[in-house]
Amino acid sequence: MSSYEARFKVWRGDVGGGGLKDFGVEVNDGEVVLDIIHRLQATQAPDLAVRWNCKAGKCGSCSAEINGRPRLLCMTRMSVFTREETITVTPLRAFPVIRDLVTDVGFNYTKAREVPAFVPPDKLAAGEYRMTQEDVDRSQEFRKCIECFLCQDTCHVVRDHEENKTAFAGPRFLMRVAELDMHPLDAADESGLDRKKTAQDEHGLGYCNITKCCTEVCPEGIKITDNALIPLKERAVDRKYDPLVWLGSKIGRRSSGG
Amino acid sequence: MSVVDRQEWDVVVVGAGGAGLRAAIAARERGARTAVICKSLFGKAHTVMAEGGIAAAMGNVNSGDNWQVHFRDTLRGGKFLNQWRMAELHAQEAPDRVWELETWGALFDRTADGRISQRNFGGHEYPRLAHVGDRTGLELIRTLQQKIVSLQQEDFKETGDYESRLKVYQECTVTRILKDGSRVAGAFCYQRESGRFFVLDAPSVVVATGGIGKSFKVTSNSWEYTGDGHALALLAGAPLLNMEFVQFHPTGMVWPPSVKGILVTESVRGDGGVLRNSEGKRFMFEYIPDVFKEKYAQSEEEGDRWYEDPDHNRRPPELLPRDEVARAINSEVKAGRGSPHGGVFLDVSTRMPAEVIRRRLPSMYHQFKELADVDITAEAMEVGPTCHYVMGGIAVESDTAAARGVPGLFAAGEVAGGMHGSNRLGGNSLSDLLVFGRRAGLHAAEHAAGLTGPTGGRPLVDEAQVDAAAAEALRPFSAEGPAPGEEDGRPPENPYTLHQELQQAMNDLVGIIRREAEMEAALEKLADLRVRARRAGVEGHRQFNPGWHLALDLRNMLLVSECVARAALERTESRGGHTREDHPAMDRAWRRVNLLCQLTDPTGGLAATDPVHGQIDLVRETTEPIRPDLLALFEKEELVKYLAEEELYE
Repeated sequence: MSSYEARFKVWRGDVGGGGLKDFGVEVNDGEVVLDIIHRLQATQAPDLAVRWNCKAGKCGSCSAEINGRPRLLCMTRMSVFTREETITVTPLRAFPVIRDLVTDVGFNYTKAREVPAFVPPDKLAAGEYRMTQEDVDRSQEFRKCIECFLCQDTCHVVRDHEENKTAFAGPRFLMRVAELDMHPLDAADESGLDRKKTAQDEHGLGYCNITKCCTEVCPEGIKITDNALIPLKERAVDRKYDPLVWLGSKIGRRSSGG
Repeated sequence: MSVVDRQEWDVVVVGAGGAGLRAAIAARERGARTAVICKSLFGKAHTVMAEGGIAAAMGNVNSGDNWQVHFRDTLRGGKFLNQWRMAELHAQEAPDRVWELETWGALFDRTADGRISQRNFGGHEYPRLAHVGDRTGLELIRTLQQKIVSLQQEDFKETGDYESRLKVYQECTVTRILKDGSRVAGAFCYQRESGRFFVLDAPSVVVATGGIGKSFKVTSNSWEYTGDGHALALLAGAPLLNMEFVQFHPTGMVWPPSVKGILVTESVRGDGGVLRNSEGKRFMFEYIPDVFKEKYAQSEEEGDRWYEDPDHNRRPPELLPRDEVARAINSEVKAGRGSPHGGVFLDVSTRMPAEVIRRRLPSMYHQFKELADVDITAEAMEVGPTCHYVMGGIAVESDTAAARGVPGLFAAGEVAGGMHGSNRLGGNSLSDLLVFGRRAGLHAAEHAAGLTGPTGGRPLVDEAQVDAAAAEALRPFSAEGPAPGEEDGRPPENPYTLHQELQQAMNDLVGIIRREAEMEAALEKLADLRVRARRAGVEGHRQFNPGWHLALDLRNMLLVSECVARAALERTESRGGHTREDHPAMDRAWRRVNLLCQLTDPTGGLAATDPVHGQIDLVRETTEPIRPDLLALFEKEELVKYLAEEELYE
């Protein structure tokens, strides 16, 4: 194995505009794209802006688009490209650019605030929680999320439709609603909060037409569409269109837990 | 006079990892208007990297566990240098801090009867670590993040503003703590996105910035770990404690080079993984030190039986405290029995079925598969020591987390010293963050609340300090010209190059095995780098400029590295995370000695320019005697290995 010089095109610019800049840069055995970006900083472009932290696929900071595909820079190995290939690195398209590869991901933090938090059960004190592993498995899958926001970036509902951002929370935060809804001890119902209903009415679940783009880009391999969004849709639909459910909820014979 | 934006808060928390967020929650719940300021995005702090678990003696898996056993293990792990009151509070309060996380929505792995599952870890007598697979840190940070959001939601309902009582300033950096006389008055900050400066006026500042690993070449730490809080405290006049103790985690990845140092969780060994050398031998049996002889298995058979029957067998030596395992690996590699890429073999593939490995160690499976083309269910990993954690830190009062000598300054988490003595046990970090994060936040809030009376008003920020801090932060932009008083204009230094030289020097000269001459050489190199760092220059403008950020971080890394090197040179013994080749034994006389680092010239210039003299003075201090009822938790035969004669008979 040996070093070689790779050709890179990296988007540079800011809110006022910018473009792809060409670089020739050394690549060594076993390196990932983030290593190459760091080499550019150290040798050719000291002010090249990029986010990163753990460099091990655990923090979800170094999200960008490589040859047009949303990916983590730290988990994309150079060996997946041929030596002849020009590698193009651009910032996440769904969010406004701040500088170079860094975008304003504030949208996600706004949406996070709009999802009501876990509601602890009234009658259980700390230390008294009992849950079986099987019952926490489903929500645990969603809690693997590292908030890289690649799913939010790739989702076609907002990717090229700024106008949908107000009404649509995006896959990450619809999955958060599903996570809380499936939490064995979440007491939202008892407090008068119907999470399934809010998914539909307040977080824009209806915009999702299950194309599974989010699942495809998830670096944690979470089955966002199949395990979070579709079940949420099914139950939301149940409530909305099933006359028995509707009737039950009116006369109080069925718990809203369903 | 510089015109900078000013905002008033009661408590400012620097850092948004486990300790910072827990402090912020405590301060806000105590009624303080609280600001959190962090270098990265909210939720990305280094805590997410913690894998194995949170140590807390809940006794869910083995009912023999309790806080006294946890306390004992912690002191043994730290070779009795721990600030014992911290270790006591930590062991007592950790279970409550874990249970509380469940009420905020955390979902830990469960036992068969539905309680929080607990796993084995090095140095812990019983299965003690609450965990979520091998991504416990992520669960911790996300739970705290979501708790902060829920508090903001409450505030929104009441005031119409999410940030009225609790605000997170993300991607901002504190470069100076501002003072009014001896008291804390606020923090000078810069925002990465715009490059603009701002000042937070506050009578209480909690430093929770984590560690210093980025001063070393091979490290498991992220770019944020540049010793900022350590340096901020020093510069504000607070001493650092026992900075010579740096933990080298025994198992970091060693190949490929680009991932060298990335952590391989201790859970691999806790769940049954074994260490072998190139001859296929489980070498750890050769490295059980005298102080631990009675507590570890003497044969592979006994060690293997322990996983099923821990009451009648002793644990395998792969689960010795981290300092012991790291030194053993180092010795094997040095003796020529290493793996092809200069580590040793860590194997789970022959110990557990593939599907169990994938379930219990999903991140490790993923990490090796993606980054090294190694399938850990089929072959052994190659691992070696990596700089992981600093036991030394800001000297604090055990109960209040208050830094010494600077009213209004508090510290919690990795940046605080004392809790872990000379070596930290795995799993004790996350519990430390929660226990002392909460205490720091609470006492910071109370300190602020206590200033409302007619006599003790709020401290005032001194404009001259703000101007000086702004000038210091902007210096890298004017590094092209000659420095004031210099004749010739030498070209500016590249901050990336300086950083690489620093990392190489610390790795080679103040690393896992230390020698007097090398540490002296390190101090000379640091002096040279300090002078050159004055000329660290940056290109481009102030907006999101990583070169500028690094140029500012260099001041902190150089200060902290000098503390490590000076203290390591001074302590002529080997203990925990400090190993001297020229003083290989632990010396009971040193157990009572704390080394404090202080700034040589606390009133002086913004950075030391003198190339010969260092910036740090060392002060020796005798530790407080361990309370008798705590000492009584140990057998006399064990105590004689650690305590000096006069302590035993006091």
